[in-house]
Amino acid sequence: MLGKLTLDAFIHGPIETGAQLIVILGALLVIGLLTYFKKWKWLYREWLTTVDHKKIGVMYIILAAVMLLRGAADALMMRAQQAVAVGENVGYLDPAHYSQIFSAHGVIMIFFVAMPFMFGLINFVIPLQIGSRDVAYPFLNSMSFWLTVAGAMLVNASLVIGEFSGTGWLAYPPLSELQYSPGVGVDYYIWALQISGAGTLLSGINFVATILKMRAPGMKLMHMPIFSWTTLASMILVIASFPILTVTLALLGLDRTLGMHFFTTDLGGNAMMYINLIWAWGHPEVYILMLPMFGVFSELVPVFAQKRLFGYVSMVWATMLICILSFVVWVHHFFTMGAGANVNAFFGIMTMVIAIPTGVKVFNWLFTMFRGRIIFKTPMLWFMGFITTFILGGMTGVMLAMPGIDFELHNSLFLVAHFHNMVIGGVVFGLFAGLAYWFPKIFGFMLNERLGAYAFWCWLIGFLLAFMPLYALGLMGATRRLSQVEPQWQPLLIVAAVGACVIALGIFFQVLQIIVSVLQRKKNPAGNDPWGGRTLEWATSSPPPAYNFAHIPEVSGRDAFWLIKQGTSGSASASTGSATSTAGSLNANESAGLVKIELPKNTPLGLFIAVAAGAGGFALVWHIWWLAALGAVLVVACALIRSFDEEVEYEITV
Amino acid sequence: MKKHEHTSVSDRNLFGFWVYLMSDCVIFAGLFATYAVLGHATFGGPGSYELANLPFVFVETMLLLTSSFTAGLALLSAKQGNKKTVVAALLATLLLGAAFLSMEISEFIGLAAEGSGPGRSAFLSAFFTLLGTHGLHVFLGLVWLIALIISVVRRGLTDGNSRKLMMFSLFWHFLDIIWIFIFTFVYLFGTLAL
Repeated sequence: MLGKLTLDAFIHGPIETGAQLIVILGALLVIGLLTYFKKWKWLYREWLTTVDHKKIGVMYIILAAVMLLRGAADALMMRAQQAVAVGENVGYLDPAHYSQIFSAHGVIMIFFVAMPFMFGLINFVIPLQIGSRDVAYPFLNSMSFWLTVAGAMLVNASLVIGEFSGTGWLAYPPLSELQYSPGVGVDYYIWALQISGAGTLLSGINFVATILKMRAPGMKLMHMPIFSWTTLASMILVIASFPILTVTLALLGLDRTLGMHFFTTDLGGNAMMYINLIWAWGHPEVYILMLPMFGVFSELVPVFAQKRLFGYVSMVWATMLICILSFVVWVHHFFTMGAGANVNAFFGIMTMVIAIPTGVKVFNWLFTMFRGRIIFKTPMLWFMGFITTFILGGMTGVMLAMPGIDFELHNSLFLVAHFHNMVIGGVVFGLFAGLAYWFPKIFGFMLNERLGAYAFWCWLIGFLLAFMPLYALGLMGATRRLSQVEPQWQPLLIVAAVGACVIALGIFFQVLQIIVSVLQRKKNPAGNDPWGGRTLEWATSSPPPAYNFAHIPEVSGRDAFWLIKQGTSGSASASTGSATSTAGSLNANESAGLVKIELPKNTPLGLFIAVAAGAGGFALVWHIWWLAALGAVLVVACALIRSFDEEVEYEITV
Repeated sequence: MKKHEHTSVSDRNLFGFWVYLMSDCVIFAGLFATYAVLGHATFGGPGSYELANLPFVFVETMLLLTSSFTAGLALLSAKQGNKKTVVAALLATLLLGAAFLSMEISEFIGLAAEGSGPGRSAFLSAFFTLLGTHGLHVFLGLVWLIALIISVVRRGLTDGNSRKLMMFSLFWHFLDIIWIFIFTFVYLFGTLAL
């Protein structure tokens, strides 16, 4: 009846039990608060069933924030372990638990923090930026989001029921095969990523269609804001690479569940096939996260430097070039496979070639700032932090691109330092910059600047303290994922642990910033255009109405809203009769005529599909076959119900 | 105005479906690559030469190709607004597809009964997974087709149904093309012992 699931799955050691209690108490607290304030109906109607891209964007960011706290807790535990587990001392985590923590940290940070955070910004901003009322497929959008949540919930469930994978964030076989990982951890990993990966793939299709098919009249491709361009490139990468992840994990799942032999050590299996496949997805994944952040910076640098973006066309070409090159570098993740000197040389050179378009972007940002009147608001602080740390990370990346050096540094803490340098310095700073930049648009009030600056400085200093020592340690020979270390590494590891604490302080300031800003929201209304924006999202109110724009703006060039403000653009401003009026000229209440707008109706089916998929995934982890079959049938049934429902829109008049 | 918006919805959905098909193509690309790498890892079990029963596979292929033809007929009759022919052609597609699927399943069961199941060797894992994924697509296509037939019978050839018919037929032709690749790389190359 319940497959492999028995009461033993709930019984853990003391530290895990603590984590278990936190998860359960957290869940109970949320349920209790919702019941006490009688908010269930509101939650269901306004949020759980919504298909509005703006609300879905906000929910993505909330998911990312919650998971960030968990991922950061994992990071602190690892740093604490490595700082104390020296020589004879075994530390406070046993090796098996330590393995689960570093695996969970990686999985959560990439799949359930960086990805949802990025999708949150994309969801909120893209339709506004291209002058559209919604995404191409609003229902699919809600389904994508809930599938991501279902994946995240499976990872969290592993904390309470059973265990998580201890095989690292990519679950290399043969370690991840049944023979060496007989527990349910790897299965949780597989199904969490399969379900959320399906959501990501659907989002990719959705946003490619949105950007290519839903732009405001007159907005040619070369008029699009750079954030839209980089999102387009990133979503193309999603479509081309996430199916590879699906295949790879499916094959591993077949090995584990049905006893096949793709990657096993016996009967002809080939573990290196997995490693090739997973990196054929994994390297583009890096750019899936990074490209939209390049877009964020390309949006905010011109605004805060008060100048037009330097080199728009080269920015677009650089983006598309990175998009293509990201598919021909995957072998640099395992030069040590032994593919031979020529193969390694090819992939090494391709990797270095990526530095060229990236360099183009860096120079474009610098030239945009050159002779600009720069305003150092929080988003710009994050940009300055990004550009310094990212260049450093890029240079260590070019070092690692040389197969000779890579043979020495492969699997060392140098590598760990390098990719955190890119992911924190690049992606995370980009996400925070984007949030600081668009927060006033999302919620209609400003974030507290002072606390934002505190958070930034803590993150920057904490990052440098936490990861610069790892470069040195890597050169000293320290490999990654050790639960016990050599005594001569301890001083630098203590510095790294202090750095992690400083980052934690930064997160504390961010939480505080949001609380304080919410409390002071009446004092700090954002207005439509708080920063002097150049793109269309600043043309509507903050927060925008459900239909985004009462009148869809007409676009006649780049920086569409800037042109409207200058009074040199099309009908949107003309129809309101106040060409030079600032923000809000596209709003209904200022225009004469009433318009009828068709909007998609709310629907719970996306949520239902995700619940069914999540239950099915859980069932597959524990071999509860009837529930797995039921989940699959329900997913198909809900999809069919939705597909043949023809009353999916309603009309409002504004 | 109304008319115009509806054509743009249809255009948008069709575009998205094309993009989805491309992503599905990548799934099969991954499986073909795996098959290519593991194709000779038979580990003492049967290889592709032993599995290639060409007359049997030829019948399978003909069934699927004919079902694609009837799906095309359904689309043509839908353009002429001929509901009865649409339903008849779709029913033919359903039967042909089901016949294909049952042949494939019987082949799988036969292999497993001989002790050549997917767990026998890496080659057989890749073989079963590549064909099985195609078969799963065919199965889901059939479920979709049943729903589509019911909807056409009940509501007639509405805009929504015509659009879904178009998408279904794209999907079905896509599966046909994948099958041609399977036929070539798995069975024909197998016979030639390549």
